[in-house]
Amino acid sequence: MNQIDTRGLSCPQPVVLVLSEIKTGNSEFEVLIDSEASLENVKRILNKNKLEFDVKENSDHTVYHVKR
Amino acid sequence: MKGLKFPHTPNTLVAFDTSDDAGAYQISNDIAIIQTVDFITPVLNDPYKFGQIAAANSLSDVFAMGAKVCTALNIVAYDSCHITKEMLNEILRGGLDKVIEAGGVVLGGHTIEDLEMKYGLSVTGIVHPDKIVRNNTIQPGDKIILTKPIGMGVITTGIKADMAPQSAIDKVAFHMSYLNKIASEIAMEIGVNAMTDVTGFGLLGHLFEMTNEKVSVHLDYDSIPIIEEAFELAETGLFPGGSYRNEKYYKPNVILDRKDCTQDQLMLLYDAQTSGGLMISIPGEKADKLLDKLKLAGLEWCCIIGEVSDSKERNIIIG
Repeated sequence: MNQIDTRGLSCPQPVVLVLSEIKTGNSEFEVLIDSEASLENVKRILNKNKLEFDVKENSDHTVYHVKR
Repeated sequence: MKGLKFPHTPNTLVAFDTSDDAGAYQISNDIAIIQTVDFITPVLNDPYKFGQIAAANSLSDVFAMGAKVCTALNIVAYDSCHITKEMLNEILRGGLDKVIEAGGVVLGGHTIEDLEMKYGLSVTGIVHPDKIVRNNTIQPGDKIILTKPIGMGVITTGIKADMAPQSAIDKVAFHMSYLNKIASEIAMEIGVNAMTDVTGFGLLGHLFEMTNEKVSVHLDYDSIPIIEEAFELAETGLFPGGSYRNEKYYKPNVILDRKDCTQDQLMLLYDAQTSGGLMISIPGEKADKLLDKLKLAGLEWCCIIGEVSDSKERNIIIG
């Protein structure tokens, strides 16, 4: 399973990385996020592509686990 | 700037305390100087257009105060290893052209080395001390006019992501480089109660900064000019970080009073703008006259977007 680490990246980089992962068609991947703006922006790109995901909160970052 | 005290002098007319667009300092009975500084990182790839936009953005604060532009100084930070002399020259040419169009002169500037390109201006304008237009003096019965469409934040982020269509790039380049000079002059001629320019705090943030404890503002969502391509980019998640900070900060005073407005559509009203239009608060009976004059001057995208009511709640209601 691919892991996309967006920690430390600023907008729009996290969305660009997630979009290119979506385009690969992989059935499962994780996105590591550490900024409020990216939490919202990545949620938007996932919703737009009708992808469902679980949210796991860690101490210093959040993980979106996407499964098609 | 918590804990810092900025002593006023009798000549200080406008300073930090009111979140106004620029500072004002009286130098004689009939002249006050307006001072402002702003610089930005590139919002699109064409150096000449970037120079124009950065300058229009810096000059805008002077127009928002109802003043005339006199002098400007360039502020440049650039990486001489990666930005060629020709590119830098194009940026400065774009800025110079806008200062000349604004009726001002560039007297000099300062350049430093920096890995990330930045350009802007320090601008000085003049105005009669009694004619300064503040941002927070709106009155019940006023109508609110916006002189440029919004959507610049998501579209410029879309440009950085290489996801913005050419039509959107052309539209934002046009609007961001358009000076607020004509709009300001027409507003001053007709007489307005308050004025500001829409930039980093987004439409709702700047509108809230215009309010006071005696008023609320009712916005009509359908009247707000929004660049069409912004909706798609909003859904894609291309809001700049500042737009979310705006949402968090101003949300407690915003009431959404229509069910068919999506989160993305609402979020566009918080979107941080670069070189946005003027937001003008004008007595209701004069609003149509101002709108007509603005359109006649070529600003056909201007709209009346809302009205001000008597209310102690200090809310912005979106209908």
